[in-house]
Amino acid sequence: MSVFLQFLFSGLTIGAVYAMVGLGFNIIYNATSIINLAQGEFVVIGGLLMWLFSESMKLPFLISALLAILFTGLIGLLMERLTIRPVKKKDLLLMIMITIAVSIVLRGLLMFKFGKDPYTYNPFTEGDPINIYGAYIQQQTLWVIGITSLCIILMYLFFNKTMLGKAMKACAVDPTAARITGINVERMVMISFVMSAMMGAVAGIAVTPITLMEYDRGPMLAVKGFCAAIMGGLGRGRGSVIGGFIIGILESLTAGYIHSGAKDAVALIIMLIILFFRPAGIFGSKTIIDLRRF
Amino acid sequence: MGILRIICLSILSVLLLMPSVCPAKEAYKIGAILSVTGAASFLGEPEKNTLIMLQEQINNAGGINGNPIEIIIEDSKSDETQAVLAAKKLLEKDKVLAIIGPSTTGETMAVIPTMNSEKTPLISCASASKITEPVKERYWIFKTAPNDYSAAEAMFKYMKDIGITKVGILTITTSYGDAGRMAMKDTAPKFGIQIVAEERYGPKDSDMTTQLTKVKASGAQVVVNWSVGPGQIVVTKNWHTLKLGIPLYQSHGFGSKRNINLAGKAAEGIKVPLGRLVIWDKLADSHPQKGLLKKYTTDYEARFKSEPGTFGGHAYDALMMLVEAIKKTGPDKKKIRDYIENNIKNWAGTGGIYNMSPSDHCGLDSSAFEMVIVNNGDWQIIKH
Repeated sequence: MSVFLQFLFSGLTIGAVYAMVGLGFNIIYNATSIINLAQGEFVVIGGLLMWLFSESMKLPFLISALLAILFTGLIGLLMERLTIRPVKKKDLLLMIMITIAVSIVLRGLLMFKFGKDPYTYNPFTEGDPINIYGAYIQQQTLWVIGITSLCIILMYLFFNKTMLGKAMKACAVDPTAARITGINVERMVMISFVMSAMMGAVAGIAVTPITLMEYDRGPMLAVKGFCAAIMGGLGRGRGSVIGGFIIGILESLTAGYIHSGAKDAVALIIMLIILFFRPAGIFGSKTIIDLRRF
Repeated sequence: MGILRIICLSILSVLLLMPSVCPAKEAYKIGAILSVTGAASFLGEPEKNTLIMLQEQINNAGGINGNPIEIIIEDSKSDETQAVLAAKKLLEKDKVLAIIGPSTTGETMAVIPTMNSEKTPLISCASASKITEPVKERYWIFKTAPNDYSAAEAMFKYMKDIGITKVGILTITTSYGDAGRMAMKDTAPKFGIQIVAEERYGPKDSDMTTQLTKVKASGAQVVVNWSVGPGQIVVTKNWHTLKLGIPLYQSHGFGSKRNINLAGKAAEGIKVPLGRLVIWDKLADSHPQKGLLKKYTTDYEARFKSEPGTFGGHAYDALMMLVEAIKKTGPDKKKIRDYIENNIKNWAGTGGIYNMSPSDHCGLDSSAFEMVIVNNGDWQIIKH
């Protein structure tokens, strides 16, 4: 029993990381239909800046976190202004390719600033791991799960209850129609990049004490986070969270009961099977997907 | 006026002829192929820095018998194809006497055929034993990094001494981890040790508690983690979180003070087989490696503001062997090769005490490693 629980907790820890990264994909997708493949780099920037402010400059925890989130938001803003807005032909595939280019440039800059070594800082709360029926879970995992839940609630309220959020969603479905109704599409796209960068930074700050952070962790985070997002249904906050936890727990149970060498393969195969039966993801709606351009 | 003109002209002509009367001695050219950028840049960077620093030191001290050395460093970008191109360039265009590197096993294997057909010595900085074996087909090839087998042997020898018979292993899914797994599986039976669990994880995985729980459940008396990079810190933290109750051993990839700092108090009590480079300040003054390790590490840290690590040391040993061989035999490829094979005996380098022979082109065994325990945030040599 305690062994099974331990596998489950391990899966929760892994899944919480994926879920949190997956959330960031949804914001830009909801506003633009772009898949931002530089999302992983936002997470890395958040984690590394947090280290820079709290460990290297010795600023208090909350101020460091706030600064890290704001700076990453600024980088999101610059990314949109410098690379997405100037594009004349708003072709989706082209813009996704631009995000790949941005991720490579950001990785290079991070390597110059921070080198190739991993960084970490203390968990949010010190203290022994929590023992439940003989299995242990790190306190930081609970923090990540708590912050993820908070983010989903905030995102739900934003996209469904505020005018700004609804306007952003309208832009993704049909930018021309949105513009006719008086929505400033350019501004919505800009806000979505800033918000998604900030969401990435929050994820980075929360997961770094568990995973450590180094300049080239971005692509791996982006791939797993993206899997979580499409498994749950792109654009659905709770979807990417459920997707993240499913992938994490599958990986952990495969490692535990089959073999640790096969864990990535088995998790991906099960994800493909789910997508085969529900192409729009667990919570996604096929009708909405058909209406979208991508 | 005529006499003055003649004097002036003669002075001028003497000045002009000076270089040809007293020529600067020709530089000895040595090539280096290193993974300065790309995936293996954590190896190539300290190696490159080391060679640049040593070239300056050697030339400032008068070079080799008065001839300066010129080290031509090519970046292989951690890519096999680039490494082969670099080797061809160094051999055909620069006409180097010997080549140091490449940094990784894959790249080294790729350049071996070129080196053999061009009959030029190569001293690799990579660790796999297949680089120098079978020795018959590796006539021109040497290496300075110790075999993975030697690290595994040093670790198991110690375990045998303290009565451990059942071991669970965790390896990373990269070539480093795979080579380590092979080495452990091959050497364990020689020391009466049984491997009861064998788990793996990816280089960027964020939680290894599942694998550790399985190892514990298999009845292993110790768990060995063989990896490089952040994975070894995550394993250390998970091991500490789970209060696993069995000791954790790491591979020699753990040999950097940074790792202890990153893992914090979770690292206490971890045992590691380490080369003496990272623990030079713990060695007795009489130890033959101490003097050169102290000079190399302090010079490097003063100049580059970082640890040279074991990897920089591999380039150090390769260059110093070549320098000694050229000093004793002159700029002749065949003589350099013969000298390294037959005369590098009881030769103290950063990696250990080398004993090259026609049947061993690596020259290091398990005595290159000390068993070390992490105690109060520092390394401590285990006497056993």
